Amino acid sequence: MVENRRFLNLLAHLVLILGVAFVAFPVYIALIASTHGQNDFLSGLIPLLPGHDTIRNYSAMMTQGLASSGAPPLWLMLGNSLIMALSISIGKIAISIISAFAIVYFRFPGRMIAFWLIFVTLMLPVEVRILPTYKVVAELGMLNTYAGLTVPLIASATATFLFRQVFLTIPEELMEAARIDGAGPMKFFWDILLPLSRTNIAALFVILFIYGWNQYLWPLLVTTGTDHYTIVLGIKRMADIADQQPEWNFIMATVVLAMVPPVLVVIFMQRLFVKGLIETEK
Amino acid sequence: MAAITLESVGKTYAGGVTAVHAIDLAIADGEFLVLVGPSGCGKSTLLRMIAGLETISSGAVKIGNRVVNQVEPAERDIAMVFQNYALYPHMSVRENLAYGLKNRGVPKDEIARRVAEAAKILEIGGFLDRKPRALSGGQRQRVAMGRAIVREPAAFLFDEPLSNLDAKLRVQMRGEIKQLQARLGTTSIYVTHDQLEAMTLAHRLVVLNGGRIEQVGTPLEVYRKPASTFVAAFIGSPAMNLLQAEVSGGRVRLGGASLPAPGAADGKVTLGLRPEDLQRTRPGAEGALLMNVAYVEELGAQRLVHGTVGGQSVVCAQPVESDLGDTLTLTADPAAVHLFDAASGKRLG
Repeated sequence: MVENRRFLNLLAHLVLILGVAFVAFPVYIALIASTHGQNDFLSGLIPLLPGHDTIRNYSAMMTQGLASSGAPPLWLMLGNSLIMALSISIGKIAISIISAFAIVYFRFPGRMIAFWLIFVTLMLPVEVRILPTYKVVAELGMLNTYAGLTVPLIASATATFLFRQVFLTIPEELMEAARIDGAGPMKFFWDILLPLSRTNIAALFVILFIYGWNQYLWPLLVTTGTDHYTIVLGIKRMADIADQQPEWNFIMATVVLAMVPPVLVVIFMQRLFVKGLIETEK
Repeated sequence: MAAITLESVGKTYAGGVTAVHAIDLAIADGEFLVLVGPSGCGKSTLLRMIAGLETISSGAVKIGNRVVNQVEPAERDIAMVFQNYALYPHMSVRENLAYGLKNRGVPKDEIARRVAEAAKILEIGGFLDRKPRALSGGQRQRVAMGRAIVREPAAFLFDEPLSNLDAKLRVQMRGEIKQLQARLGTTSIYVTHDQLEAMTLAHRLVVLNGGRIEQVGTPLEVYRKPASTFVAAFIGSPAMNLLQAEVSGGRVRLGGASLPAPGAADGKVTLGLRPEDLQRTRPGAEGALLMNVAYVEELGAQRLVHGTVGGQSVVCAQPVESDLGDTLTLTADPAAVHLFDAASGKRLG
């Protein structure tokens, strides 16, 4: 470290405080806005101190939703988002860890081709293939279903690639020792590979959960009924109404609630998450 | 426990590279056999073929009376100790030891009994519940051996198990492995590139070079009668001096010097002399080797004198107290004179 001087200390703290304020202020605004009544926003000034309508705002959103903009009650949208985020993250992890297992540990014809095909799809983000994917989902009759929401997003080159790299760092002798210890391929997978990838799985889960939770474009395409609206989609719909002032107090209450699950996931998995990103020793 | 027999076992890789050429070898029940050679000589490949981790391209491997070419490693009734130990990092020492037994469906109380016994033998009872990462190198090494012992296999296979340890620990573990093998009497095959390890551990050692056996024998046989210049240079430290010389009239001649070589046919030879077999003699003695001293290495117990004899470099070992001039007059016992064919490097006589 540089010298421990009072001025530098102050400067460091000042920079940090500014940084935190910069990041945290919008969140604070959202939180405050969700505690005010509808009329507090008409003046055009955003209030900076808490209001008195917290309970009313939140209970209204949870139970009734915002009928004027076609948003169902929040618990429904939160549930949908949760289903979607969990299915995507668990599905992606399950499929990609098995694919990586096959690619790294089995010698079969076309192994490298399979790997490169998966790898090439890394270059195609969802948005690029969204029209053909939509067509497939539509013709399979999966519009307005949970399957339609999640299945097309589950295939993942990134996660497969990540697990491949993880498996490649596991010494080959471990596999050989397991073979001598009488563990077949699946037993090796369950008893050794999975526990050793635990932290990577956790890190990936956090990233994928947030990825799934924040999906907007895809749910927008495949859902037409409010039954399958996700929360991110709902926020957008509420803010986007025509010929009317957006009801910021309700919208911000939704925003605050929408933030809670990803934050909880990060908080509870933080230890594993950080370990998964920095740990190198196998 | 079982004997292991290799019948013209060979390994050719898909690219056409032959790592091991048709090797025949019989390892007796309870024998400690060491495969030694420089890196790339095929010793590890051979061991891995016996373990079942490499396919066998030709020939047959027998453990006991059973040909095991097509048998899975787990069913060959062998246990292996790896160079990097290959302990399961997420399992405690106890689980590491028990894993192989559990997979075999050994009853729980039997597993507990065997783990306790192995822990007692190896003195690892104090950290059965720790993870491998909390252990020192020597302790991990013990756990790796424990994992082999609990299986009570027909044979132990060691793949350079001491290479990752520091020098002091290596000597200690070497002694422990030797005692352990003697106590358990389990057939063992041990791969190393360290000739000292090979000499000290083996009942018999096999010197490999380029996928072929150069020599098989007890450590003393190999040391005293190396079958080729390769073995002569590889076994023994400091290495044997190998000098270009010529035989005529029952003496091997090197410039003006000559040493007795009864029975050797006339012609060009490679003369082998171990540094420790070169003794000083009075100046002007008949046929003595005159060595020009270049520099001296003090080893404490002895000193190694480096120099040249007739333009060829030579090392000789001398007592520490000796006073050295610029030249040494050296001679050697007839029994200490090794002659090798100059072209093929094979031992003569």
